[in-house]
Amino acid sequence: MEHHDIVIIGGGPAGLTLALELNALGIKDVVVLEREQEAGGIPRHCGHLGFGIDNKNRFLTGPKFATKLRELTNGLDIRTGTTVLEFTLRGTMRLHSGSGISEMSARRIVLATGTRESSRAARLIGGNRLPGVMNTGTFQQLVYLKHQKPFSNPVIVGSEWVSFSNLLTCRHAKIKPVCMITESTNLNAPSYFSLGARLAFGVSVKRSTKLLSINGHIKVESVDVESGGQKQTIACDGVIISGKFRSENGLYSSGVIEQENTAPLTTDTYRTSKPNIYAVGNVLGHLETAGACMLHGRKLATIIASELR
Amino acid sequence: MDNRFDIAVIGGGVVGLAILRRFAMTGLTCVLLEKGADILSGASKGNSALLHTGFDAPAKSLELQCMQAGYREYIDIRQKLNLPLHETGALVVAWTQEELAALDGIVEKAHTNDVSNVKRLTQTELRVREPQISKLALGAVLVPGEHVIDAWSAPLAYGQQAIAHGAVILRNAEVTSVERVNSQWRIASMAGEVTAGTIINAAGLFGDYVEALAHEPSFTIKPRKGQFVVFDKPAAKLARSIILPVPNERTKGVVLFRTIFGNLAIGPTAEETDERTNPATDSATLAKLKSRAIEIVPALTDIDVTAVYAGLRPATHHKDYIIEAHKDKNWITVAGIRSTGLTGSLGIAQHVAKLYAKHFNKLPKKPPEPIWTPVPNLAEQSIRPYMKGGEIICHCEWVTRGEIEAACQGSLPAGDLGGLKRRTRAMMGRCQGFYCGAEITTMFEKVKHGTS
Ligand SMILES: Cc1cc2nc3c(=O)[nH]c(=O)nc-3n(C[C@H](O)[C@H](O)[C@H](O)COP(=O)(O)OP(=O)(O)OC[C@H]3O[C@@H](n4cnc5c(N)ncnc54)[C@H](O)[C@@H]3O)c2cc1C
Ligand SMILES: Cc1cc2nc3c(=O)[nH]c(=O)nc-3n(C[C@H](O)[C@H](O)[C@H](O)COP(=O)(O)OP(=O)(O)OC[C@H]3O[C@@H](n4cnc5c(N)ncnc54)[C@H](O)[C@@H]3O)c2cc1C
Repeated sequence: MEHHDIVIIGGGPAGLTLALELNALGIKDVVVLEREQEAGGIPRHCGHLGFGIDNKNRFLTGPKFATKLRELTNGLDIRTGTTVLEFTLRGTMRLHSGSGISEMSARRIVLATGTRESSRAARLIGGNRLPGVMNTGTFQQLVYLKHQKPFSNPVIVGSEWVSFSNLLTCRHAKIKPVCMITESTNLNAPSYFSLGARLAFGVSVKRSTKLLSINGHIKVESVDVESGGQKQTIACDGVIISGKFRSENGLYSSGVIEQENTAPLTTDTYRTSKPNIYAVGNVLGHLETAGACMLHGRKLATIIASELR
Repeated sequence: MDNRFDIAVIGGGVVGLAILRRFAMTGLTCVLLEKGADILSGASKGNSALLHTGFDAPAKSLELQCMQAGYREYIDIRQKLNLPLHETGALVVAWTQEELAALDGIVEKAHTNDVSNVKRLTQTELRVREPQISKLALGAVLVPGEHVIDAWSAPLAYGQQAIAHGAVILRNAEVTSVERVNSQWRIASMAGEVTAGTIINAAGLFGDYVEALAHEPSFTIKPRKGQFVVFDKPAAKLARSIILPVPNERTKGVVLFRTIFGNLAIGPTAEETDERTNPATDSATLAKLKSRAIEIVPALTDIDVTAVYAGLRPATHHKDYIIEAHKDKNWITVAGIRSTGLTGSLGIAQHVAKLYAKHFNKLPKKPPEPIWTPVPNLAEQSIRPYMKGGEIICHCEWVTRGEIEAACQGSLPAGDLGGLKRRTRAMMGRCQGFYCGAEITTMFEKVKHGTS
C-alpha cells in the first residue's frame, strides 16, 4: 500500500495552498488527491470577479484565480481524477482512480473537501419535480462552463453572499431574476448587498418570505411563497436555491471523526477528534472567501511543520 | 419496421414490460407503445421497491396469486438478468398495546397466505435484531421473505429481454385511437400506426382512458399519491429490516425501508388526488414523514435528507387487480395494479399469457431458447462499475462517465434525463446535482441531439 507523510484530500484553494506552503517549508512527501480532472475547487466555475490570491486585490475571476493556483503548485504531487471514497476501519483511505480501487495510508491526513449548498430536497421544499431548479453551483457551471441559459426569469432563494453572486451570473447570461426571497428578517450578507441588488440589478429582496412549493407541468411555471401568513404565487421559469452550506462530508459521514452539522469538529489548530486527521478551508462549515481559505492553508502548514520538527 | 404484430401492449410501466417480455419469449411478435419519452413514465417511476411475499394480501385474491408467482419468477431469473436482491426481511412493529394484540392475527393471516416462515418476535428479540429502533417499540412480527430490489433495473431488464426476442418498444408513442378492422386492431399512436391481433391495456394511471378508446371502461382510476423522504447513506446502517406499521382501519401507515442504493427511506403516504402525472410533494407532509422516521429510529436526527419524491398508485374502487379478457375482441385489460405491481408484474404476465391462450390463440408450441440480457448493477451490495476504474462524474453516487455513456446506448437507451438517472443513479445523491448536474445534463443533451 502506498504511504505518505501527508495526504491532502481536496485540491481547492485550501488544499493547494497547504501543499504549496508545506513544500516551501521543506516538507516534501505531500500528496494532494483531487477527484475532479482539474484542481482548483469551486473557483473553477465562479466566472465572476471577486477572487484574490491570499485575499488581496480581489479583482480576478474564479477561473483565472484557479489557473493561478495551479501555476503556483505546478510540480507538486497533485493527483487529479482521484477520489477518496472513504476511510477504512484501519484508518487508511480507500481511493478510486482511472485504474480502479486502491488503498493509501498517511501519517497525517488533511480534509480540504469544501462545501456545497443544501439541495431543494434537503430543505423539504415541496411541489413538482422539474428541470430548471438548481443550486448556485450548478447554475454557475451551466453558465460559465457550458455556456447555457437554463431559464430567463428565475426566483433566487436565499440572502447569503453567494445568493447575491447569482445576480452577477444572471447578468452575464442575460437572465433577469424576478426577485430574491429569504426566510430570515435580516439578510445573511451586508445590507448594502440588498440595496445594490435593487439599484444595480433591479431585483428586490423579499424578506421573511418562505418558499412553499415549486409548481409546473413540464417546466417551472411559478412558486408559492408565504409571508406574514399570506400566501402568494409568483410567476417564474426557474428557481435558484442558494446557500445553507453543508460540508462535503460523504467521505467521513459514516463517523470516523466527530462532526456537527456535517462539519468536522476541530480545535483551533485544525485538528479533528482523530489526532492524525486535520480539516481546513470551507469544509469547516462556513463559506469564507477563497483567499481566506488560502490563508488558513498557510497557517495549517506552519502548524504541521512545527509539529514535525 | 414491419408494423403488424400478434400482440400490442399499451403502456411501458413495469406491468406492460413484464407482459411484453412474456409474450416475446413465447415466440409471438410484439410491440409496446409508451406515451412517455422513456419507459417507466407513470406509476412505476416512484415506488418503495419492495419485493413482497403477500403475507398481508387479501386471501385468495388474484393480487396474492400474481404476487407470489411474480416473487418466485423474480428469484428464479434475477441472476441471469443481473438483478439485485437485498434480503432484508421485514418487521411489522407494534407501538401500542392495541397493535401488540393484533400481531398474532398478522401471523395467522400470513400462514393462511402460505407465507409460513412468518413469526412473532418479543421486544427483546426485536431489539437484538434492530438495536437502533426506538425503545417505544413493543414487539413485532418477522417476515423474512420481504426484500428490497431495484425498481428501475428490473423493468429495464424485462424490456431489453423482450427486445432481444424481437419485440419492438416505441416511445413517445401515445395511443390516440384504436379500431377493430378484419379481426385486427389498427392502433393510431403519436409514433405512427401499428396493427396487432390482440391489445393488452397496461396503461396504469391512464388505464381507464385507454379502455375508453375501445369500449366503456368498467372502472375509473382514482390515483392515490405516496410521498417519500430519503435519508443519506449513513442512515442505512441504522435499520437492518424493513420496518412496517401494524395496519388499522384508518390508515395503512408508512414504512421505513432501505433502498438498494444504500439509503434509508420513509413512505409512502396514501392521499387521494386528481393528479395523474408529475405528482407534487408538499413541505408539511415531508416534514411529518421525516419526524416519523426519527420517532422510529431516533439516531436519524443527525442525518441529512438526500431526496424526496412522490409516486401515484393506479387505484380503482375495486380492491383487487382487474385483469380480464374481452373475448369478442381480442383485448385484455390489466388495470388497477395499485400498490404491488413491481412484485406482481411477472406473475401478472404469466396470468395474462394464460388468458390469451385460453380465450384467443394457442401459444407457439416451441418457444425459442431464452436470451438473457443482464443489466448493469446499481445495487450497493454488489460490484459496481466504478470499482473497475473509469472517471467518476457523479461524486455522491460514484457513477462513471462510462456508465452514463452506456445508458445512452444499447437497445433501450435513456429517453430523458429521468430515465438516465434511473439507469445510473447519477444526480440522485446528497448533492442532488450541485457538482455534476451541469456536466451530466449537457452530456445527455449532446448525446440525444447527436443521435436523433
Ligand atoms: C457560488 C460561489 C461564489 C463564490 N464567490 C467567491 C468570490 O467572489 N470570491 C472569493 O474569494 N470566494 C468566493 N467563493 C468562495 C470560494 O469558492 C471558497 O471559499 C473556496 O473555493 C473554498 O476552498 P476550499 O479549498 O475549502 O474548497 P473547494 O474550493 O470546495 O475545494 C474542495 C475540493 O475538494 C475536492 N474534493 C471533495 N471531496 C473529495 C474527495 N472525497 N476526494 C478527492 N477530492 C475531493 C473537490 O473536488 C474540490 O476540488 C464563492 C463560492 C461559491 C460557492
Ligand atoms: C407510492 C408507491 C409505492 C409502491 N410500492 C411498491 C412496492 O414496494 N412494491 C411493489 O411491488 N409495488 C409497489 N408499488 C406499486 C407499483 O409501483 C405499481 O403497481 C406499478 O408501478 C404499476 O405499473 P403499471 O405498469 O400498471 O402502471 P404505470 O407504471 O403507470 O405504466 C403505465 C404506462 O402507460 C403509459 N401510458 C398511459 N397512457 C398511454 C397511452 N394512451 N398510450 C401509450 N402509453 C400510455 C404511461 O405513460 C405509463 O408509463 C408502489 C406504488 C406507489 C405509487
